[in-house]
Amino acid sequence: MASSRLVVEGLEAGYGAVRVLHGVSINVEHGESVVLLGSNGNGKSTLIKCIMGIVPPTAGSIHFERDGERINLAGKSPQEIVGLGISLVPEGRRLFPALSVEENLLLGAYRAAARARLAENLAFVFEVFPALRERRRQLAGSMSGGEQQMVAVARALMTEPRILLIDEPSVGLAPILVIRMIAKIKELKERRNLTVLMAEQNFNQAIKIADRGYIIVHGEIAFEGRSAADLKNNDLVKQYYLGL
Amino acid sequence: MKKISPFWIVVVAVIIAGLVFTSTVKNEYYFNAAYVVLQALLMAVAWNVLGGFTGYVNFGSAGFFAVGAYTAIALDKAFGLPLPLLILASGTVCGLIGLALGYLTLRLKGVYFAIATLAMAIVFETLVVNWAYVGGAKGAYILTPDSHLWFDSYIQMLFMVMLLLALAAIAVSRYLNSSRLGRGLAAIRDDEVAAECAGVPTLRLKLISATVMGVMMGVAGAPYPFFVTFVDPVSAFNLFIAVNSIAMPMIGGTAHWIGPVIGALLVGSLQEIITVTVSSELNILFVGLMLVGFITLAPQGIVGLVRKFRGRKP
Repeated sequence: MASSRLVVEGLEAGYGAVRVLHGVSINVEHGESVVLLGSNGNGKSTLIKCIMGIVPPTAGSIHFERDGERINLAGKSPQEIVGLGISLVPEGRRLFPALSVEENLLLGAYRAAARARLAENLAFVFEVFPALRERRRQLAGSMSGGEQQMVAVARALMTEPRILLIDEPSVGLAPILVIRMIAKIKELKERRNLTVLMAEQNFNQAIKIADRGYIIVHGEIAFEGRSAADLKNNDLVKQYYLGL
Repeated sequence: MKKISPFWIVVVAVIIAGLVFTSTVKNEYYFNAAYVVLQALLMAVAWNVLGGFTGYVNFGSAGFFAVGAYTAIALDKAFGLPLPLLILASGTVCGLIGLALGYLTLRLKGVYFAIATLAMAIVFETLVVNWAYVGGAKGAYILTPDSHLWFDSYIQMLFMVMLLLALAAIAVSRYLNSSRLGRGLAAIRDDEVAAECAGVPTLRLKLISATVMGVMMGVAGAPYPFFVTFVDPVSAFNLFIAVNSIAMPMIGGTAHWIGPVIGALLVGSLQEIITVTVSSELNILFVGLMLVGFITLAPQGIVGLVRKFRGRKP
């Protein structure tokens, strides 16, 4: 039985002299949707970047458990981590603006393993996002924010992920598009049997797909909510996060 | 039957035209001029593989070119190897230098990478200046071999050699541009971190790109000693070679393989005409002005202008 699990323990990281994460421990179980909540500058993106191998942690460990095999992600390059089955939808989308939508998607399937299933995956993402099929020849940089976010999600799916990391999918999108995007992510998760870790500021939208979540404040896990309701009714959320 | 691309028809036509040219035209000046333009074309195509496709600006093109030329001088003096072997050797040496340079410096970004390549050229120039075997700072005289196949003169043969090398480089560059590898390079140029996160093996692709560039530049430099018959470090490491290698692709357009070809043919030919009709000193001024003009008015080069004119998305 295929299983994927992500375990982060005592993670510390920062940029130069600035320490951002102070002993963060989280875990994401197979098939779960876990949200990382917190306002700007609390370390959500840094945590995601550490998992992805973009920012090297200074202490702590990150393990990916795949079908019972425990793989240490520390010191691996992003490209190797993608190869293991973890894919990122980056904050701000970060598409290749001078390339067409289709080329952006094909780049997601650069590795041999993903390339083997290229045709099926391409058909799948075009089915999920029909707008992308129509605009496959258009330059990614010339699309609207909502369409770009679709390309970013679709590109991540082309890598054949087991775990999908999504960093701030709502940034720069109109509220209606945020709602649609969150619904799409939920649909994708169910259809592709994905495990999702999502960093998001938009509390009300994020908890719509959350099985559970963490609230991260000043680089520390301030609260662990075992369910969406747990997160919603928490005093910390009101205090630190909603500013009530 | 597989359809033959028009590209290969043009290649064959150009080779035939070159052969006709050598058998009908007697004035050696034309071969000299054509050689200079083709050499610049080869350098521009080479620069574009790393600078245009991958987005890493190399200011040390003259270094690669000169190492190619001096490799040929050294091996010619030591073993008297025939030209094809010298070209092969220069390509190999400069390919390895490209690989090493890539390994050491491709983690640098933008202007830091450009400075590193410039520094590399200076390092090699210093080495050559102090290497007496190849003439050191005084320079080296090279005797042109007596044999020139069926051609009327040696320069005719050199012209044909350079034509074939340039065509080969264009073919490689065209393949890189349109292949999966080229798409990976374009992703690196657009957003390297995003490329890495999409699973593109960025370091490997950059190393391939730097190596291909090195091979092409080394190959461009190998016949140079036989063309000028006197090589000194100042002329071989001339900054003008590096400037031309950047200016020509920029003027033609860097994102497409045809860009450096158009840029080199246009700028190179105009340079030759200006040298003859006005003054060789004004050449550099002319390239500078053209570059400034294109960067301000048409930053995507001639290829970009054509696309804009046609109203097509690139």
